[in-house]
Amino acid sequence: MDYSQFLILKEELSLIAVILILFIADLLFLSPDAHKHGGKPVLNTFIPVALLLVHTIITIVPGPEAEAFGGMYHNAPIQSIVKSILSIGTLIVFLMAHEWMKLPDTAHKQGEFYFLTLCTLLGMYLMISAGHFLMFFIGLETASIPMAALVAFDKYRHHSAEAGAKYILSAMFSSGLLLYGISLIYGTTGTLYFTDLPAHIDGNPLQIAAFVFLFSGLGFKISLVPFHLWTADVYQGAPSTVTAYLSVVSKGAAAFVLMTMLYKVFAPMVEDWQTVLYWVIIASITLANIFALRQENLKRLMAFSSISQAGYIMLGVISGTAQGMTSLIYYVLIYLFANLAVFTVITIVALRSHKFNVEDYNGLYGTNPRIAFLLTLSLFSLAGIPPFAGFFSKFFIFASAFQAGWHLLVFIALVNTVLSLYYYLRVVKAMYICKSEQPIAPFRSDNYTRIALVTCTLGIVLLSIFSTIYETIGNYAFGM
Amino acid sequence: MNYLSIFVLIPLLMLGALWLARDIKQIRGVMLTGSSMLLVAAGVLTFLYLQARSAGNTAEMLFTDSVMWYPSLHIGYSVGVDGISVAMLLLSAIIVFTGVFASWRLQPLTKEYFLWYTLLSMGVFGFFICTDLFTMFMFYEVALIPMYLLIGVWGSGKKEYSAMKLTLMLMGGSAFLLIGILGIYYGSGADTMNLLEIAAKGNIPVEQQRIWFPLTFLGFGVLGALFPFHTWSPDGHASAPTAVSMLHAGVLMKLGGYGCFRIAMYLMPQAAEELGWIFLVLTGISVVYGAFSACVQTDLKYINAYSSVSHCGLVLFAILMMNRTACTGAVLQMLSHGLMTALFFALIGMIYGRTHTRDIRELSGLMKVMPFLAVCYVIAGLANLGLPGLSGFVAEMTIFNGAFQHADPFHRTWTVIACCSIVITAVYILRLVGKILYGTCTNKHHLTLTDATWDERTAVIILIACVAALGIAPWWISDMIGDSVVPVTELFTSKF
Repeated sequence: MDYSQFLILKEELSLIAVILILFIADLLFLSPDAHKHGGKPVLNTFIPVALLLVHTIITIVPGPEAEAFGGMYHNAPIQSIVKSILSIGTLIVFLMAHEWMKLPDTAHKQGEFYFLTLCTLLGMYLMISAGHFLMFFIGLETASIPMAALVAFDKYRHHSAEAGAKYILSAMFSSGLLLYGISLIYGTTGTLYFTDLPAHIDGNPLQIAAFVFLFSGLGFKISLVPFHLWTADVYQGAPSTVTAYLSVVSKGAAAFVLMTMLYKVFAPMVEDWQTVLYWVIIASITLANIFALRQENLKRLMAFSSISQAGYIMLGVISGTAQGMTSLIYYVLIYLFANLAVFTVITIVALRSHKFNVEDYNGLYGTNPRIAFLLTLSLFSLAGIPPFAGFFSKFFIFASAFQAGWHLLVFIALVNTVLSLYYYLRVVKAMYICKSEQPIAPFRSDNYTRIALVTCTLGIVLLSIFSTIYETIGNYAFGM
Repeated sequence: MNYLSIFVLIPLLMLGALWLARDIKQIRGVMLTGSSMLLVAAGVLTFLYLQARSAGNTAEMLFTDSVMWYPSLHIGYSVGVDGISVAMLLLSAIIVFTGVFASWRLQPLTKEYFLWYTLLSMGVFGFFICTDLFTMFMFYEVALIPMYLLIGVWGSGKKEYSAMKLTLMLMGGSAFLLIGILGIYYGSGADTMNLLEIAAKGNIPVEQQRIWFPLTFLGFGVLGALFPFHTWSPDGHASAPTAVSMLHAGVLMKLGGYGCFRIAMYLMPQAAEELGWIFLVLTGISVVYGAFSACVQTDLKYINAYSSVSHCGLVLFAILMMNRTACTGAVLQMLSHGLMTALFFALIGMIYGRTHTRDIRELSGLMKVMPFLAVCYVIAGLANLGLPGLSGFVAEMTIFNGAFQHADPFHRTWTVIACCSIVITAVYILRLVGKILYGTCTNKHHLTLTDATWDERTAVIILIACVAALGIAPWWISDMIGDSVVPVTELFTSKF
């Protein structure tokens, strides 16, 4: 056997190495009376962050396009880029988790948090690089099941446990749908290899049904509108750090996978899936925005915001072009920085004051000007306001859909950006304009959180000025 | 480096310096240095431009430069100016400079105020120097969003409502605009975002122009207070702090007129000719309706805001007449209205700062109490109603002269209707001046008030000098503008 084949999996192998090292370190450092440590973290945040950073750096240069295991695994440079983006996201999540990990409830479970998170990341890696539906399904499940444990991580908090139950039930249901879709595909074509499938796909009713099931399964992951009902509750109940991970990394991976699948496998049915996507995008963006308008809880607001952002992300898919793929990945990258910054602020504010409502942020600028300013920047970026990167990513994704002729859709999406601006500005208004009797007291965050915030801010401010990243992604992207 | 980039670079440096500034003196120092540098830069630019023109340089735009930014979408940082942009840059520099004086004593959060103020001016300058559709749009939006915080935090009255209304309406306008820009880019073959190159090709199919022209014009029209999308303007202006009202009415609303002219009309002339009548009707309504509304308002700022709707409507009205005289008049009107409305808002802010009321029913006999401010108010009012010798007369005369040259009876009818606004303007200005300045001062509390301080005098005198200069010697600037509108007006087949 040719062992060099394993080198094709270098990203996965490197990640597995990180997981194993952390697992062993956790075992070695964990003393039997860990519960009595009085909240002192066992594994310092430094070790996982450093390991993941090394992993990100050594895998950041994309390798050549290659296949392994008879086509089950297929990796191209564009997939490597997406993986790098996801691991950068995870890195920021680890940094922002530091303060949460110091709490007595979670300190002794620190190792588990890193282990579970990295397992979901590994699942996403496999899902992204799948060349076969079973491989894809294994990846998806590896990403889903540990996620439910993460959502229920604060198990003594009622909301968290409830959210975990909700998540696992909806996830299993959507996996069931997905499997049914896969079986229909196998039934009609006799193969599950992505490369072989397009030749057998002709858009007969069974295949359309298969597509609808598959789409629902992934739509659940991305939380597109008919499949979004779990989102607000789970986002609200889960620990803020996990919500951040769920809303960015998990969503980004699923969106990319859906795109490659539609581009590669379902290319012969392009009219069908474009019609489906068209209505799903309109529904996602509009409904989520309308629901977000009245939310009082900031986490619920961000949940609906992330549903509408998912709709914008799908605008890159509907074009079916290389430009669409480029702008989708770029959009996910920018969205990652902006959304993680917002959730970092939510986390550190909630850890100190246990406040989640928009009106609790009244007068935050007076007490914590820097935090308020960073939150403003990231909200502006999410709303697509220049000079922040969110404006650029929105413009590119609109341009890609517009180029493919979806004029009315782009127009509806644009009108929705105005709606979304309203609820983002509500938070800004609370921080700058509204007065409060009891504003959140001034506080200092620790260094890890600061690094996370600074990284996000640099991403929001600088990525737009330097066009190299967009152009690099563009070099590797492919269309239908 | 290109000379024009200075107009973006100075505000950028100002932002950095403000960030580092420690106390009020340093903040004022930064703002004063920065805004006077901008003023000098604008003056030098005007001089260089006129010199280059008199030396026989007939290129459409001077000082052009282009740096590729996002090559895959042909987005570049392209700059260039013609007479119109030079005039607008000069106007912006004057108003930014005087605005700094008008907010000299602003409290609290002075540093944050000037940060957003500088960001706003950066957007304005960037918009006027750029010739790339994407970059223009970006600067346009950069100029919009600081308004929310400037009004929301430092405003007065129902500021939260006004700030949100203004931001959402203008952003709604820019949604139309963005789709129009994408339409222009892809309609012209998707190989350049530079508007000069798009105009040179002139290959946007007419059926596409019919869709994108109204969207683009409407998008910019919202900012130019086009009826019925003007409602953000009175609320926004009334709630904004003085310098923001000045900058917004004086410069930001001009972005609308400039954009309509430079992007909508220039790039899509066939559709402009076919569909211009719709907007002509709307602008005609703006002109007359704005003036009538101003007559019945009781708040000083509302009066001026509706008067702005009327005068900015006149800008768009003149642009749609599509001939050289009218378009020159439009740009002159932008300049004149920018200066005098800034003057008005500055004076209103100063009066309000003393009397703590803007209700004209509670004000009277201010001429005796604060003679300097009152005299300046009269001058501003006379400029507004078009007294010869001041800027308003020059601009409106040129506009109506040009508009009547349009031979079409429909256009002539609307010109006559719009002309009525001159009379109505005189009604509300004279009524206002008589009510608040003359007569006896009935409010005893007002008798103890003081006249303008040095920083206020500086701002007001500069603006009055500019209004008078434009009114007395308009030829040099109207020649500069007139030559620059020709590339656009010669696209239209309509006869004079």
